[in-house]
Amino acid sequence: MKNLKWLVPTLYILFLMLPIYWLVSMSFKTTNEILGAFSLWPQEFTLDNYITIFTDPTWYNGYFNSLTYVAMNTLLSVSVALPAAYAFSRYRFLGDKHLFFWLLTNRMAPPAVFALPFFQLYSAVGLFDTTLAVALAHCLFNIPLAVWILEGFMSGIPKELDETAYVDGYSFWRFFIRIFIPTIAAGIGVVMFFTFMFSWVELLLAKTLTSVAAKPIAATMTRTASTAGYELGLLAAAGTLTIIPGAFVIWFVRHHIAKGFALGRV
Amino acid sequence: MIDKTTNQRAWFLVLPVVVLVAFNALIPLMTVVNYSVQETFGNNVFFFEGVRWFEQILHSERFHASLLRQLTFTGIILLIEVPLGVAIALTMPKKGPWVSVCLVLMALPLLIPWNVVGAMWNIFALPDIGLLGQMINGMGFDYNFTQQPLAAWFTTILMDVWHWTSLVVLLAYAGLSSIPDAYYQAARIDGASAWSVFRYIQLPKMKRVLTIAILLRFMDSFMIYTEPFVLTGGGPGNTTTFLSIDLVKIALGQFDLGPAAAMSLIYFLIILVLSWIFYTLMMRNEEQ
Repeated sequence: MKNLKWLVPTLYILFLMLPIYWLVSMSFKTTNEILGAFSLWPQEFTLDNYITIFTDPTWYNGYFNSLTYVAMNTLLSVSVALPAAYAFSRYRFLGDKHLFFWLLTNRMAPPAVFALPFFQLYSAVGLFDTTLAVALAHCLFNIPLAVWILEGFMSGIPKELDETAYVDGYSFWRFFIRIFIPTIAAGIGVVMFFTFMFSWVELLLAKTLTSVAAKPIAATMTRTASTAGYELGLLAAAGTLTIIPGAFVIWFVRHHIAKGFALGRV
Repeated sequence: MIDKTTNQRAWFLVLPVVVLVAFNALIPLMTVVNYSVQETFGNNVFFFEGVRWFEQILHSERFHASLLRQLTFTGIILLIEVPLGVAIALTMPKKGPWVSVCLVLMALPLLIPWNVVGAMWNIFALPDIGLLGQMINGMGFDYNFTQQPLAAWFTTILMDVWHWTSLVVLLAYAGLSSIPDAYYQAARIDGASAWSVFRYIQLPKMKRVLTIAILLRFMDSFMIYTEPFVLTGGGPGNTTTFLSIDLVKIALGQFDLGPAAAMSLIYFLIILVLSWIFYTLMMRNEEQ
Protein backbone atom coordinates (compact mmCIF):
# COMPACT_ATOMS: atom_id res chain seq x y z
CA MET A 1 0.00 0.00 0.00
CA LYS A 2 2.69 2.44 1.02
CA ASN A 3 4.73 1.82 -2.11
CA LEU A 4 1.80 2.70 -4.31
CA LYS A 5 1.54 6.20 -2.89
CA TRP A 6 3.31 7.76 -5.85
CA LEU A 7 0.59 6.41 -8.11
CA VAL A 8 -2.00 9.02 -7.05
CA PRO A 9 -0.06 12.16 -8.02
CA THR A 10 1.25 10.41 -11.13
CA LEU A 11 -2.22 9.50 -12.35
CA TYR A 12 -3.45 12.98 -11.53
CA ILE A 13 -0.64 14.64 -13.49
CA LEU A 14 -1.30 12.27 -16.38
CA PHE A 15 -4.94 13.37 -16.34
CA LEU A 16 -3.81 17.01 -16.33
CA MET A 17 -1.46 16.51 -19.26
CA LEU A 18 -3.86 14.68 -21.57
CA PRO A 19 -5.92 17.68 -22.79
CA ILE A 20 -2.74 19.76 -23.02
CA TYR A 21 -1.10 17.06 -25.11
CA TRP A 22 -4.12 17.00 -27.37
CA LEU A 23 -3.99 20.77 -27.83
CA VAL A 24 -0.25 20.76 -28.60
CA SER A 25 -0.51 17.82 -30.95
CA MET A 26 -3.39 19.45 -32.78
CA SER A 27 -1.37 22.62 -33.24
CA PHE A 28 1.09 20.67 -35.41
CA LYS A 29 -1.61 19.14 -37.59
CA THR A 30 -3.06 20.49 -40.80
CA THR A 31 -6.75 21.41 -40.84
CA ASN A 32 -7.35 18.54 -43.25
CA GLU A 33 -5.85 16.04 -40.90
CA ILE A 34 -7.79 17.34 -37.89
CA LEU A 35 -11.14 17.15 -39.65
CA GLY A 36 -10.23 14.05 -41.66
CA ALA A 37 -9.02 10.94 -39.89
CA PHE A 38 -8.55 10.53 -36.16
CA SER A 39 -4.85 10.28 -35.29
CA LEU A 40 -3.10 10.16 -31.95
CA TRP A 41 -0.12 12.24 -33.12
CA PRO A 42 0.46 14.49 -36.13
CA GLN A 43 0.91 12.46 -39.31
CA GLU A 44 1.82 15.37 -41.57
CA PHE A 45 3.81 17.45 -39.09
CA THR A 46 3.45 21.16 -39.93
CA LEU A 47 4.63 24.44 -38.42
CA ASP A 48 2.31 26.52 -40.61
CA ASN A 49 -0.02 27.41 -37.74
CA TYR A 50 2.84 28.88 -35.73
CA ILE A 51 4.27 30.69 -38.75
CA THR A 52 0.90 32.35 -39.33
CA ILE A 53 0.80 33.57 -35.75
CA PHE A 54 4.35 34.92 -35.72
CA THR A 55 4.04 36.74 -39.03
CA ASP A 56 0.54 38.22 -38.70
CA PRO A 57 0.51 41.37 -36.52
CA THR A 58 -3.13 40.90 -35.47
CA TRP A 59 -1.97 37.68 -33.84
CA TYR A 60 1.32 38.59 -32.24
CA ASN A 61 0.11 42.00 -31.10
CA GLY A 62 -2.48 40.14 -29.07
CA TYR A 63 0.34 38.60 -27.05
CA PHE A 64 2.01 41.95 -26.50
CA ASN A 65 -1.27 43.48 -25.38
CA SER A 66 -2.01 40.68 -22.95
CA LEU A 67 1.47 40.65 -21.48
CA THR A 68 1.47 44.45 -21.19
CA TYR A 69 -1.72 44.74 -19.17
CA VAL A 70 -0.86 41.71 -17.04
CA ALA A 71 2.55 43.20 -16.16
CA MET A 72 1.04 46.62 -15.44
CA ASN A 73 -1.69 45.10 -13.31
CA THR A 74 0.73 42.93 -11.32
CA LEU A 75 3.04 45.85 -10.56
CA LEU A 76 0.17 48.17 -9.69
CA SER A 77 -1.66 45.65 -7.50
CA VAL A 78 1.42 44.62 -5.55
CA SER A 79 2.75 48.13 -5.02
CA VAL A 80 -0.50 49.51 -3.61
CA ALA A 81 -1.33 46.33 -1.71
CA LEU A 82 2.00 46.27 0.18
CA PRO A 83 1.44 49.34 2.40
CA ALA A 84 -2.26 48.51 2.80
CA ALA A 85 -1.54 44.96 3.93
CA TYR A 86 1.04 46.35 6.35
CA ALA A 87 -1.58 48.69 7.80
CA PHE A 88 -4.08 45.84 8.21
CA SER A 89 -1.54 43.53 9.84
CA ARG A 90 -0.03 46.09 12.25
CA TYR A 91 -2.60 48.73 13.12
CA ARG A 92 -6.13 49.11 14.34
CA PHE A 93 -7.92 52.02 12.75
CA LEU A 94 -11.41 53.33 12.25
CA GLY A 95 -13.41 50.88 10.16
CA ASP A 96 -10.51 48.51 9.49
CA LYS A 97 -12.55 45.30 9.70
CA HIS A 98 -15.36 46.65 7.54
CA LEU A 99 -12.86 47.91 5.00
CA PHE A 100 -11.17 44.53 4.84
CA PHE A 101 -14.45 42.74 4.29
CA TRP A 102 -15.52 45.32 1.71
CA LEU A 103 -12.30 44.69 -0.21
CA LEU A 104 -12.98 40.97 -0.15
CA THR A 105 -16.53 41.44 -1.42
CA ASN A 106 -15.04 42.79 -4.64
CA ARG A 107 -13.24 39.51 -5.08
CA MET A 108 -16.72 37.97 -5.00
CA ALA A 109 -18.28 40.22 -7.64
CA PRO A 110 -19.01 38.24 -10.80
CA PRO A 111 -17.30 39.98 -13.78
CA ALA A 112 -20.49 39.35 -15.75
CA VAL A 113 -22.23 41.82 -13.42
CA PHE A 114 -19.71 44.53 -14.17
CA ALA A 115 -19.11 44.01 -17.87
CA LEU A 116 -21.53 46.63 -19.18
CA PRO A 117 -20.95 49.32 -16.49
CA PHE A 118 -17.20 48.87 -16.98
CA PHE A 119 -17.57 49.48 -20.66
CA GLN A 120 -19.47 52.71 -19.97
CA LEU A 121 -17.11 53.86 -17.23
CA TYR A 122 -13.93 53.37 -19.21
CA SER A 123 -15.46 54.87 -22.33
CA ALA A 124 -16.46 57.91 -20.29
CA VAL A 125 -12.94 58.49 -18.97
CA GLY A 126 -11.47 57.95 -22.44
CA LEU A 127 -9.51 54.82 -21.66
CA PHE A 128 -11.54 52.40 -23.75
CA ASP A 129 -9.39 50.09 -25.89
CA THR A 130 -6.16 50.73 -24.00
CA THR A 131 -4.11 48.21 -22.07
CA LEU A 132 -4.24 50.61 -19.12
CA ALA A 133 -8.02 50.19 -18.92
CA VAL A 134 -7.70 46.41 -18.59
CA ALA A 135 -4.84 46.75 -16.09
CA LEU A 136 -6.97 49.08 -13.96
CA ALA A 137 -10.11 46.97 -14.29
CA HIS A 138 -8.31 43.83 -13.16
CA CYS A 139 -7.38 45.68 -9.96
CA LEU A 140 -11.00 45.05 -8.93
CA PHE A 141 -10.24 41.46 -7.99
CA ASN A 142 -6.43 41.43 -7.84
CA ILE A 143 -5.91 44.15 -5.22
CA PRO A 144 -8.24 42.50 -2.68
CA LEU A 145 -6.53 39.18 -3.29
CA ALA A 146 -3.07 40.71 -2.96
CA VAL A 147 -4.01 42.50 0.27
CA TRP A 148 -5.55 39.32 1.63
CA ILE A 149 -2.52 37.11 0.96
CA LEU A 150 0.07 39.73 1.94
CA GLU A 151 -1.73 40.44 5.21
CA GLY A 152 -1.39 36.74 6.00
CA PHE A 153 2.33 36.79 5.32
CA MET A 154 2.93 39.98 7.28
CA SER A 155 1.04 38.77 10.35
CA GLY A 156 3.52 35.91 10.48
CA ILE A 157 6.39 38.33 11.01
CA PRO A 158 6.93 39.41 14.62
CA LYS A 159 6.37 43.03 15.40
CA GLU A 160 9.73 43.20 17.19
CA LEU A 161 11.31 43.53 13.76
CA ASP A 162 9.54 46.86 13.19
CA GLU A 163 10.16 48.10 16.70
CA THR A 164 13.86 47.33 16.61
CA ALA A 165 14.23 49.18 13.33
CA TYR A 166 12.39 52.24 14.64
CA VAL A 167 14.58 52.23 17.75
CA ASP A 168 17.61 52.11 15.45
CA GLY A 169 16.37 55.32 13.88
CA TYR A 170 14.87 54.01 10.65
CA SER A 171 12.07 56.11 9.19
CA PHE A 172 8.90 54.22 8.23
CA TRP A 173 9.54 54.12 4.50
CA ARG A 174 13.22 53.33 4.86
CA PHE A 175 12.39 50.42 7.18
CA PHE A 176 9.59 49.32 4.90
CA ILE A 177 11.69 49.25 1.73
CA ARG A 178 15.08 48.22 3.11
CA ILE A 179 14.08 45.68 5.74
CA PHE A 180 10.44 44.70 5.58
CA ILE A 181 10.04 44.05 1.87
CA PRO A 182 13.13 41.80 1.64
CA THR A 183 11.83 39.87 4.67
CA ILE A 184 8.58 38.99 2.92
CA ALA A 185 10.12 38.49 -0.53
CA ALA A 186 8.71 34.97 -0.74
CA GLY A 187 5.25 36.28 0.03
CA ILE A 188 5.55 38.91 -2.67
CA GLY A 189 6.57 36.17 -5.08
CA VAL A 190 3.43 34.21 -4.24
CA VAL A 191 1.24 37.29 -4.59
CA MET A 192 2.77 38.18 -7.94
CA PHE A 193 2.12 34.63 -9.06
CA PHE A 194 -1.56 34.94 -8.14
CA THR A 195 -2.08 38.42 -9.60
CA PHE A 196 -0.35 37.37 -12.81
CA MET A 197 -2.47 34.27 -12.92
CA PHE A 198 -5.86 35.92 -12.42
CA SER A 199 -5.09 38.78 -14.80
CA TRP A 200 -3.69 36.47 -17.47
CA VAL A 201 -6.64 34.09 -17.44
CA GLU A 202 -9.48 36.61 -17.14
CA LEU A 203 -11.13 37.37 -20.43
CA LEU A 204 -14.66 38.69 -19.99
CA LEU A 205 -13.56 42.15 -18.80
CA ALA A 206 -10.46 42.24 -21.00
CA LYS A 207 -12.62 41.55 -24.02
CA THR A 208 -15.30 44.05 -23.03
CA LEU A 209 -12.82 46.88 -22.55
CA THR A 210 -10.92 46.50 -25.82
CA SER A 211 -11.79 46.47 -29.50
CA VAL A 212 -8.81 46.69 -31.83
CA ALA A 213 -5.73 48.42 -30.46
CA ALA A 214 -5.48 46.61 -27.14
CA LYS A 215 -7.17 43.31 -27.96
CA PRO A 216 -5.88 40.46 -25.79
CA ILE A 217 -4.61 37.31 -27.47
CA ALA A 218 -7.38 35.16 -26.09
CA ALA A 219 -9.97 37.45 -27.70
CA THR A 220 -8.14 37.30 -31.02
CA MET A 221 -8.56 33.54 -30.79
CA THR A 222 -12.29 33.76 -30.26
CA ARG A 223 -12.68 36.04 -33.26
CA THR A 224 -10.69 33.73 -35.53
CA ALA A 225 -12.61 30.71 -34.41
CA SER A 226 -15.92 32.33 -35.28
CA THR A 227 -15.27 34.39 -38.42
CA ALA A 228 -12.63 32.51 -40.40
CA GLY A 229 -14.55 29.26 -40.32
CA TYR A 230 -13.19 26.78 -37.86
CA GLU A 231 -9.42 26.81 -38.13
CA LEU A 232 -8.75 24.39 -35.33
CA GLY A 233 -5.03 24.05 -35.99
CA LEU A 234 -4.51 27.79 -35.71
CA LEU A 235 -6.69 27.92 -32.63
CA ALA A 236 -4.68 25.10 -31.04
CA ALA A 237 -1.36 26.80 -31.86
CA ALA A 238 -2.53 30.09 -30.35
CA GLY A 239 -3.80 28.21 -27.31
CA THR A 240 -0.49 26.41 -26.90
CA LEU A 241 1.34 29.72 -26.98
CA THR A 242 -0.86 31.11 -24.20
CA ILE A 243 0.32 28.31 -21.92
CA ILE A 244 3.99 29.27 -22.25
CA PRO A 245 4.07 32.52 -20.21
CA GLY A 246 2.22 30.75 -17.41
CA ALA A 247 4.62 27.82 -17.44
CA PHE A 248 7.52 30.27 -17.35
CA VAL A 249 6.09 32.10 -14.34
CA ILE A 250 5.49 28.89 -12.40
CA TRP A 251 9.04 27.75 -13.13
CA PHE A 252 10.26 31.08 -11.84
CA VAL A 253 8.44 30.90 -8.51
CA ARG A 254 8.52 27.11 -8.04
CA HIS A 255 10.72 27.26 -4.93
CA HIS A 256 8.62 30.02 -3.46
CA ILE A 257 5.25 28.37 -4.02
CA ALA A 258 5.55 25.71 -1.32
CA LYS A 259 7.82 27.77 0.92
CA GLY A 260 5.74 30.87 0.41
CA PHE A 261 2.46 29.16 1.13
CA ALA A 262 3.89 27.59 4.26
CA LEU A 263 5.07 30.99 5.47
CA GLY A 264 1.72 32.57 4.82
CA ARG A 265 -0.26 29.95 6.70
CA VAL A 266 -0.55 32.29 9.73
CA MET B 1 -1.61 36.84 16.66
CA ILE B 2 -0.06 40.28 16.67
CA ASP B 3 -1.48 42.78 19.14
CA LYS B 4 -2.23 45.78 16.99
CA THR B 5 -1.76 49.35 18.03
CA THR B 6 -4.43 51.90 17.27
CA ASN B 7 -3.17 54.36 14.69
CA GLN B 8 -5.55 56.37 12.55
CA ARG B 9 -2.74 57.41 10.22
CA ALA B 10 -2.77 53.85 8.90
CA TRP B 11 -5.56 55.13 6.68
CA PHE B 12 -2.93 56.84 4.56
CA LEU B 13 -1.40 53.43 3.85
CA VAL B 14 -4.68 51.94 2.68
CA LEU B 15 -5.81 55.02 0.77
CA PRO B 16 -4.37 54.06 -2.66
CA VAL B 17 -6.07 50.66 -2.44
CA VAL B 18 -9.37 52.22 -1.42
CA VAL B 19 -9.26 54.76 -4.26
CA LEU B 20 -8.41 52.21 -6.95
CA VAL B 21 -10.92 49.61 -5.83
CA ALA B 22 -13.63 52.19 -5.21
CA PHE B 23 -13.20 53.55 -8.73
CA ASN B 24 -13.67 50.05 -10.13
CA ALA B 25 -16.32 48.88 -7.71
CA LEU B 26 -18.53 51.74 -6.58
CA ILE B 27 -19.13 53.53 -9.88
CA PRO B 28 -20.10 50.37 -11.80
CA LEU B 29 -22.14 49.16 -8.83
CA MET B 30 -24.07 52.44 -8.76
CA THR B 31 -24.65 52.13 -12.51
CA VAL B 32 -26.12 48.69 -11.93
CA VAL B 33 -28.30 49.93 -9.07
CA ASN B 34 -29.43 52.78 -11.30
CA TYR B 35 -30.46 50.46 -14.11
CA SER B 36 -32.14 48.06 -11.76
CA VAL B 37 -34.89 50.51 -10.83
CA GLN B 38 -35.51 51.99 -14.28
CA GLU B 39 -37.01 51.10 -17.62
CA THR B 40 -35.60 52.28 -20.93
CA PHE B 41 -36.80 52.18 -24.52
CA GLY B 42 -33.47 53.36 -25.89
CA ASN B 43 -32.24 56.90 -26.62
CA ASN B 44 -31.11 57.24 -23.02
CA VAL B 45 -34.65 57.92 -21.82
CA PHE B 46 -35.32 56.26 -18.49
CA PHE B 47 -38.44 55.81 -16.37
CA PHE B 48 -38.44 54.99 -12.70
CA GLU B 49 -39.75 51.48 -12.09
CA GLY B 50 -39.13 50.88 -8.40
CA VAL B 51 -38.70 47.27 -7.42
CA ARG B 52 -40.61 45.82 -10.38
CA TRP B 53 -37.55 44.17 -11.94
CA PHE B 54 -36.58 42.59 -8.65
CA GLU B 55 -40.06 41.11 -8.26
CA GLN B 56 -40.00 39.92 -11.84
CA ILE B 57 -36.60 38.21 -11.48
CA LEU B 58 -37.43 36.64 -8.12
CA HIS B 59 -40.58 35.13 -9.59
CA SER B 60 -39.12 34.13 -12.92
CA GLU B 61 -38.82 30.43 -13.56
CA ARG B 62 -35.86 31.02 -15.80
CA PHE B 63 -33.92 32.56 -12.91
CA HIS B 64 -34.91 29.75 -10.57
CA ALA B 65 -33.74 27.20 -13.12
CA SER B 66 -30.32 28.77 -13.65
CA LEU B 67 -29.89 29.31 -9.91
CA LEU B 68 -30.66 25.65 -9.31
CA ARG B 69 -28.19 24.61 -12.02
CA GLN B 70 -25.60 26.91 -10.48
CA LEU B 71 -26.07 25.52 -6.98
CA THR B 72 -25.94 21.94 -8.25
CA PHE B 73 -22.79 22.60 -10.24
CA THR B 74 -21.00 24.37 -7.37
CA GLY B 75 -22.08 21.65 -4.92
CA ILE B 76 -20.80 18.86 -7.12
CA ILE B 77 -17.44 20.43 -7.90
CA LEU B 78 -16.82 21.31 -4.22
CA LEU B 79 -17.65 17.71 -3.22
CA ILE B 80 -15.20 16.38 -5.80
CA GLU B 81 -12.39 18.92 -5.77
CA VAL B 82 -11.87 19.42 -2.04
CA PRO B 83 -11.52 15.74 -0.98
CA LEU B 84 -9.59 14.90 -4.16
CA GLY B 85 -7.24 17.85 -3.66
CA VAL B 86 -6.58 16.86 -0.05
CA ALA B 87 -5.99 13.24 -1.04
CA ILE B 88 -3.48 14.23 -3.72
CA ALA B 89 -1.70 16.62 -1.36
CA LEU B 90 -1.40 13.82 1.20
CA THR B 91 0.22 11.46 -1.30
CA MET B 92 2.62 14.02 -2.76
CA PRO B 93 6.34 13.61 -2.05
CA LYS B 94 7.45 15.75 0.89
CA LYS B 95 10.96 16.52 -0.29
CA GLY B 96 13.34 15.80 -3.13
CA PRO B 97 13.45 16.84 -6.77
CA TRP B 98 9.97 15.48 -7.48
CA VAL B 99 8.33 18.16 -5.35
CA SER B 100 9.16 20.92 -7.83
CA VAL B 101 8.18 18.76 -10.79
CA CYS B 102 4.81 17.93 -9.22
CA LEU B 103 4.11 21.53 -8.21
CA VAL B 104 5.01 22.97 -11.61
CA LEU B 105 3.01 20.43 -13.59
CA MET B 106 0.02 20.66 -11.27
CA ALA B 107 -0.07 24.45 -11.34
CA LEU B 108 -0.08 24.50 -15.13
CA PRO B 109 -3.88 24.34 -15.69
CA LEU B 110 -4.33 27.32 -13.36
CA LEU B 111 -2.39 29.58 -15.72
CA ILE B 112 -4.21 28.84 -18.94
CA PRO B 113 -6.63 31.58 -20.06
CA TRP B 114 -10.19 30.48 -19.37
CA ASN B 115 -11.39 30.56 -22.93
CA VAL B 116 -8.39 28.47 -23.95
CA VAL B 117 -9.44 25.97 -21.28
CA GLY B 118 -12.90 25.89 -22.84
CA ALA B 119 -11.56 25.59 -26.38
CA MET B 120 -9.05 22.94 -25.31
CA TRP B 121 -11.73 20.82 -23.67
CA ASN B 122 -13.99 21.34 -26.63
CA ILE B 123 -11.49 19.82 -29.06
CA PHE B 124 -10.48 17.24 -26.46
CA ALA B 125 -14.02 16.01 -25.86
CA LEU B 126 -15.58 16.29 -29.32
CA PRO B 127 -16.86 12.82 -30.18
CA ASP B 128 -15.42 12.76 -33.70
CA ILE B 129 -12.03 14.47 -33.43
CA GLY B 130 -11.36 14.58 -29.68
CA LEU B 131 -9.22 12.16 -27.72
CA LEU B 132 -11.66 11.97 -24.79
CA GLY B 133 -14.68 11.66 -27.07
CA GLN B 134 -13.03 8.86 -29.01
CA MET B 135 -11.99 7.08 -25.81
CA ILE B 136 -15.44 7.16 -24.22
CA ASN B 137 -17.16 6.13 -27.42
CA GLY B 138 -14.51 3.44 -27.89
CA MET B 139 -15.48 1.99 -24.51
CA GLY B 140 -18.97 1.47 -25.87
CA PHE B 141 -20.77 4.48 -24.40
CA ASP B 142 -22.76 6.72 -26.65
CA TYR B 143 -21.21 10.07 -25.78
CA ASN B 144 -21.72 13.44 -27.43
CA PHE B 145 -21.63 16.45 -25.17
CA THR B 146 -23.04 18.79 -27.80
CA GLN B 147 -26.27 16.78 -27.90
CA GLN B 148 -26.79 15.03 -24.57
CA PRO B 149 -27.44 17.11 -21.43
CA LEU B 150 -25.93 14.47 -19.15
CA ALA B 151 -22.75 14.25 -21.22
CA ALA B 152 -22.54 18.04 -21.27
CA TRP B 153 -22.72 18.14 -17.47
CA PHE B 154 -20.17 15.35 -17.17
CA THR B 155 -17.76 17.18 -19.48
CA THR B 156 -18.24 20.55 -17.76
CA ILE B 157 -17.63 19.04 -14.33
CA LEU B 158 -14.62 17.05 -15.54
CA MET B 159 -13.23 20.25 -17.07
CA ASP B 160 -13.65 22.15 -13.82
CA VAL B 161 -12.05 19.32 -11.83
CA TRP B 162 -9.16 19.36 -14.31
CA HIS B 163 -8.90 23.12 -14.11
CA TRP B 164 -9.15 23.82 -10.39
CA THR B 165 -8.34 20.77 -8.25
CA SER B 166 -4.69 21.86 -8.33
CA LEU B 167 -5.56 25.01 -6.40
CA VAL B 168 -6.86 22.87 -3.53
CA VAL B 169 -3.79 20.63 -3.84
CA LEU B 170 -1.38 23.58 -3.65
CA LEU B 171 -3.10 25.12 -0.65
CA ALA B 172 -3.51 21.81 1.19
CA TYR B 173 0.11 20.92 0.45
CA ALA B 174 1.23 24.23 1.93
CA GLY B 175 -0.79 23.51 5.06
CA LEU B 176 0.74 20.04 5.33
CA SER B 177 4.31 21.20 4.89
CA SER B 178 3.88 23.54 7.86
CA ILE B 179 3.54 20.56 10.23
CA PRO B 180 6.78 19.96 12.16
CA ASP B 181 8.24 16.44 11.95
CA ALA B 182 8.06 16.18 15.74
CA TYR B 183 4.27 15.86 15.52
CA TYR B 184 4.55 12.77 13.33
CA GLN B 185 7.22 11.26 15.56
CA ALA B 186 5.03 11.75 18.60
CA ALA B 187 2.12 10.13 16.75
CA ARG B 188 4.30 7.16 15.81
CA ILE B 189 5.38 6.67 19.43
CA ASP B 190 1.73 6.73 20.49
CA GLY B 191 1.01 4.13 17.82
CA ALA B 192 -1.55 6.35 16.08
CA SER B 193 -3.24 4.97 12.99
CA ALA B 194 -2.98 6.74 9.63
CA TRP B 195 -6.57 7.87 10.08
CA SER B 196 -6.01 9.46 13.49
CA VAL B 197 -2.86 11.17 12.23
CA PHE B 198 -5.01 12.65 9.49
CA ARG B 199 -7.93 13.49 11.77
CA TYR B 200 -6.03 14.98 14.70
CA ILE B 201 -2.80 16.35 13.19
CA GLN B 202 -3.10 16.97 9.46
CA LEU B 203 -6.70 18.12 9.17
CA PRO B 204 -6.53 20.73 11.97
CA LYS B 205 -3.32 22.12 10.46
CA MET B 206 -4.95 22.40 7.06
CA LYS B 207 -8.06 24.11 8.35
CA ARG B 208 -7.10 27.65 7.49
CA VAL B 209 -5.78 26.94 4.01
CA LEU B 210 -8.78 24.73 3.32
CA THR B 211 -11.04 27.59 4.38
CA ILE B 212 -9.34 29.75 1.76
CA ALA B 213 -9.52 26.96 -0.81
CA ILE B 214 -13.23 26.31 -0.25
CA LEU B 215 -14.06 30.02 -0.29
CA LEU B 216 -12.11 30.61 -3.50
CA ARG B 217 -13.59 27.57 -5.19
CA PHE B 218 -17.08 28.49 -4.08
CA MET B 219 -16.83 32.08 -5.31
CA ASP B 220 -15.12 31.28 -8.58
CA SER B 221 -17.36 28.37 -9.49
CA PHE B 222 -20.40 30.50 -8.69
CA MET B 223 -19.18 33.12 -11.16
CA ILE B 224 -18.09 30.65 -13.83
CA TYR B 225 -18.70 32.02 -17.30
CA THR B 226 -16.02 31.67 -19.94
CA GLU B 227 -15.17 27.97 -19.75
CA PRO B 228 -18.69 26.51 -20.05
CA PHE B 229 -19.61 29.25 -22.51
CA VAL B 230 -16.81 28.24 -24.86
CA LEU B 231 -17.25 24.52 -24.20
CA THR B 232 -21.01 24.12 -24.52
CA GLY B 233 -22.38 27.62 -25.11
CA GLY B 234 -24.80 26.91 -22.27
CA GLY B 235 -26.38 24.07 -24.17
CA PRO B 236 -27.65 21.69 -25.30
CA GLY B 237 -30.77 23.79 -24.87
CA ASN B 238 -30.29 25.60 -21.57
CA THR B 239 -28.94 22.64 -19.63
CA THR B 240 -25.55 24.19 -18.81
CA THR B 241 -26.64 27.82 -18.69
CA PHE B 242 -25.27 28.90 -15.32
CA LEU B 243 -26.07 32.23 -13.68
CA SER B 244 -23.36 34.30 -15.39
CA ILE B 245 -24.15 32.92 -18.83
CA ASP B 246 -27.83 33.64 -18.31
CA LEU B 247 -27.03 37.15 -17.08
CA VAL B 248 -24.90 37.98 -20.11
CA LYS B 249 -27.64 36.59 -22.37
CA ILE B 250 -30.17 38.94 -20.81
CA ALA B 251 -27.89 41.99 -20.56
CA LEU B 252 -25.98 41.92 -23.84
CA GLY B 253 -28.05 39.50 -25.89
CA GLN B 254 -31.52 40.92 -25.28
CA PHE B 255 -30.30 44.26 -23.90
CA ASP B 256 -32.87 44.13 -21.10
CA LEU B 257 -30.82 46.35 -18.84
CA GLY B 258 -33.34 46.68 -16.01
CA PRO B 259 -33.96 42.97 -15.40
CA ALA B 260 -30.27 42.20 -15.99
CA ALA B 261 -29.22 44.78 -13.40
CA ALA B 262 -31.76 43.50 -10.89
CA MET B 263 -30.53 39.97 -11.50
CA SER B 264 -26.91 41.13 -11.07
CA LEU B 265 -27.67 42.55 -7.66
CA ILE B 266 -29.58 39.47 -6.51
CA TYR B 267 -26.76 37.29 -7.84
CA PHE B 268 -24.07 39.33 -6.08
CA LEU B 269 -26.08 39.27 -2.86
CA ILE B 270 -26.38 35.47 -2.96
CA ILE B 271 -22.61 35.10 -3.30
CA LEU B 272 -22.01 37.59 -0.50
CA VAL B 273 -24.41 35.93 1.91
CA LEU B 274 -23.24 32.37 1.19
CA SER B 275 -19.56 33.36 1.42
CA TRP B 276 -20.19 35.14 4.67
CA ILE B 277 -21.96 32.08 6.11
CA PHE B 278 -19.13 29.78 4.99
CA TYR B 279 -16.53 32.13 6.38
CA THR B 280 -18.08 32.63 9.81
CA LEU B 281 -18.93 28.94 10.20
CA MET B 282 -15.40 27.86 9.46
CA MET B 283 -13.83 30.60 11.53
CA ARG B 284 -16.02 29.68 14.48
CA ASN B 285 -14.83 26.09 14.19
CA GLU B 286 -11.28 27.30 14.17
CA GLU B 287 -11.72 29.25 17.38
CA GLN B 288 -13.02 26.24 19.28
